[in-house]
Amino acid sequence: MLLSLEPRGQQSRLMLWCSPLLAAVLTLGCGSLLFIALGHDPLLTLHTLLIAPISDLYGVSELLVKALPILLCALGLAVAYQARIWNIGAEGQLLLGALAGSALAVNIIDLQSRWALVLILITGTLAGAAWAGLTAWLRTRFNANEILTSIMLNYIALNSLLYFVHGPLKDPEGFNFPQSAMFGDASRLPLLLEDGRVHAGVYFALLALVAVWVLLQKSFVGFQIKVLGLDQRAAGFVGFREKRLIWLALLISGGLAGLAGVCEVTGPIGQLVPQVSPGYGYAAITVAFLGRLNPIGILFSSLLMALLYIGGESAQMSLNLPQAITQLFQGMMLFFLLASDVLILYRPRLNLRWARRAAPSSVHAGAL
Amino acid sequence: MPNPVPTPDPTPRLQLRRISKRYPGCLANDAIDLSIHPGEIHALLGENGAGKSTLMKIIYGVTQADSGELLWQGQRQLMRNPAQARSLGIGMVFQHFSLFETLSVAQNIALAMGAKAGTPKQLEPKIREVSQRYGMALEPERLVHSLSIGERQRVEIIRCLMQDIRLLILDEPTSVLTPQEADELFVTLRRLASEGCSILFISHKLGEVRALCHSATVLRGGRVAGHCVPAECSDQQLAQLMVGEAAGLLAHYRKVSGGPAFLQVQNLAWHNPDPFGCSLQGLDLEVRSGEIVGIAGVAGNGQDELLALLSGEQTLARADSASIRFAEHAVAHLRPDARRALGLAFVPAERLGHGAVPELSLADNALLTAFQQGLVSHGLIQHDKVQALAEQIIQRFGVKTPDAQTLARSLSGGNLQKFILGREILQQPRLLIAAHPTWGVDVGAAATIHRALIALRDAGAAILVISEDLDELFQISDRLGALCSGRLSALKATGDTTLVEMGGWMAGQFDAPCHSTAQAH
Repeated sequence: MLLSLEPRGQQSRLMLWCSPLLAAVLTLGCGSLLFIALGHDPLLTLHTLLIAPISDLYGVSELLVKALPILLCALGLAVAYQARIWNIGAEGQLLLGALAGSALAVNIIDLQSRWALVLILITGTLAGAAWAGLTAWLRTRFNANEILTSIMLNYIALNSLLYFVHGPLKDPEGFNFPQSAMFGDASRLPLLLEDGRVHAGVYFALLALVAVWVLLQKSFVGFQIKVLGLDQRAAGFVGFREKRLIWLALLISGGLAGLAGVCEVTGPIGQLVPQVSPGYGYAAITVAFLGRLNPIGILFSSLLMALLYIGGESAQMSLNLPQAITQLFQGMMLFFLLASDVLILYRPRLNLRWARRAAPSSVHAGAL
Repeated sequence: MPNPVPTPDPTPRLQLRRISKRYPGCLANDAIDLSIHPGEIHALLGENGAGKSTLMKIIYGVTQADSGELLWQGQRQLMRNPAQARSLGIGMVFQHFSLFETLSVAQNIALAMGAKAGTPKQLEPKIREVSQRYGMALEPERLVHSLSIGERQRVEIIRCLMQDIRLLILDEPTSVLTPQEADELFVTLRRLASEGCSILFISHKLGEVRALCHSATVLRGGRVAGHCVPAECSDQQLAQLMVGEAAGLLAHYRKVSGGPAFLQVQNLAWHNPDPFGCSLQGLDLEVRSGEIVGIAGVAGNGQDELLALLSGEQTLARADSASIRFAEHAVAHLRPDARRALGLAFVPAERLGHGAVPELSLADNALLTAFQQGLVSHGLIQHDKVQALAEQIIQRFGVKTPDAQTLARSLSGGNLQKFILGREILQQPRLLIAAHPTWGVDVGAAATIHRALIALRDAGAAILVISEDLDELFQISDRLGALCSGRLSALKATGDTTLVEMGGWMAGQFDAPCHSTAQAH
């Protein structure tokens, strides 16, 4: 073998920082080749994809709007994934949060108290947590695999939302469109900028970011969650309560996803619609791993993911690039990021190894 | 005594010339020379990690050498896989058996030999014949799960003998046997050697190597440290070859009788839900403050189950809570953290993956069990205190590591064991339970660990050591007992018992004068 990988024995601090840079360089390089092959100016295309969308305040505001639900979901997923609880159900938990929050909001449209919003947000968060709680119950009571149950619950959540938005929650004065009435002003998240859709949900995201960081990096509960994920037998040997930790991780995960959902309907959308989420819950899985399950890393990766979403759309509009190309570019970026991470734990060996291998082959030849 | 050394044949059966094998980060074998003559019983001696396992895997074709050559009866041979090795007449008995527990002896042997050898029924007479010829009683139709460990080993050996065997490799075969069973095995091996079969006997027990083997090759750190005739060497000389220096190897510790009882186990019974696991019946055990009690036993006779019940990984119903007591507290229903709060410290048998989390730093691993020692306040980890504790452990117990942030899995076995033991001892436990405390640990680290245990005993802690290493138990224990099939013998002061008596207890003869049989039921 010309190139082989050798375990380093421990993480390389240098590569921890260099691997994202290496991935960026590789992505830009290969991306440029791809655009050249398609007859586009690579610099212009990259500019349209990555820089133009955030060149004004409105663009930045849109980026934050897009990144917010992804960030909230991914932070929650990071908690679960640290415990090796593979919650794939952030999408469903988000939808349930949006649905429950909307169900309350359309019934208190005329309530002018500022508690209206608080109640709606709490309802949505609890609904997301409860939805994840189902997965936790199935896992701890019946030892059912949480990957399967959480995926299946996603479909149940989506179809429940569709049922309600086509039925009980449909706006009676909405010309039979499948959407709820617009929420009352007291039920809407306040906007932060006059020119732009970014809303107070940003504060929740920052709060969640700090809370998850403290939980995972500083708290003893977070330590127990990590030990449970890394080594179940060690967790049992010191008496960490496995079931309780599974419940906790899933409830946090679901709660944050529910909060993301209810922030969408009370924030930029303002009503319940069938397309609350273009797959934020699934994107969050990628984002959580891109950020290496570290809250700070997740902040950056969610912004990156949001940028790729927005940049892809504007490249379609202004350069006439097919959507598949921008998806290809996104895929390439994720691929290189994850591939470069190999270098954190492994050291590549090139010619040196080749030379050593050559020596015994002569002996073998003699034996044959 | 060993048979006279067979007349040297001009062509050795197996000859290795400058075999080298490198694994990432370590040179497992470094230019090793070895030759074995027909009819010779050759010992491969060495500490854990000396390269014995790698070398025999190369001989048996499990892995290939990076350089060097292997000569089989004078012919150069490239050993590609175990099937090729078997076809040349090489057989190997691994330390961990590869038998199907739900199948019979004959079915297991037929499976290993392939379809050409015949059906299990056709093989039965041959199995009987081989087992009688070599004095290894074995019924071909018995199911493997009903066999004792010693009998299972016979299945593995007979499986090798069914073919035309020229070289038999045995990897630490006596580690799972009682002393009596080991003697029976040696009779078989001598018989086999007298018929011209070469035997490569891998071990780190000096006594049995001297009793059995004609010659020995000693490995140390992947190199040949020396060749010798074991019968002409003293333990001291052999140990020196193995470890470089033999200080602390033969240390003697004062025996004491201890104070009031701390751990009291009364009529402890537990039914194992695993049909092939071991259930415990009516165990009585008492460990006093300030003494070390050693429990011997062949692996799989209830040690794991007893350890889980004592540590709290397996709890009992509240009604049975009094079957385990720490001083005046009934604890059998309590979880591990509650038992730790009452003074328990525990060193499990597996260092990585049980006693320590491989992917966490030493500091985090210190926190793992010491979290009740003021390292957590208001739910937050006091990282500086954890760091200080880890550094204290590293310094006090001579753990060789770059720093406390090093991952646990990058430490050698001995160093990690010192760290784990130090972590438990610094919590000033009133009861320490240690499983196989020096298993797979080099001699220097083992001496450190023994001294630490004795110091803890002298400070007044009750200590229970469960081990398969009888020499170790005799060396450090004040009282001794043995587990067999989930039952525990009475405990006797170490000075009043003998190796032979312990061997009998390990085979389940708790009251009767001991006969040497392998029947463990």
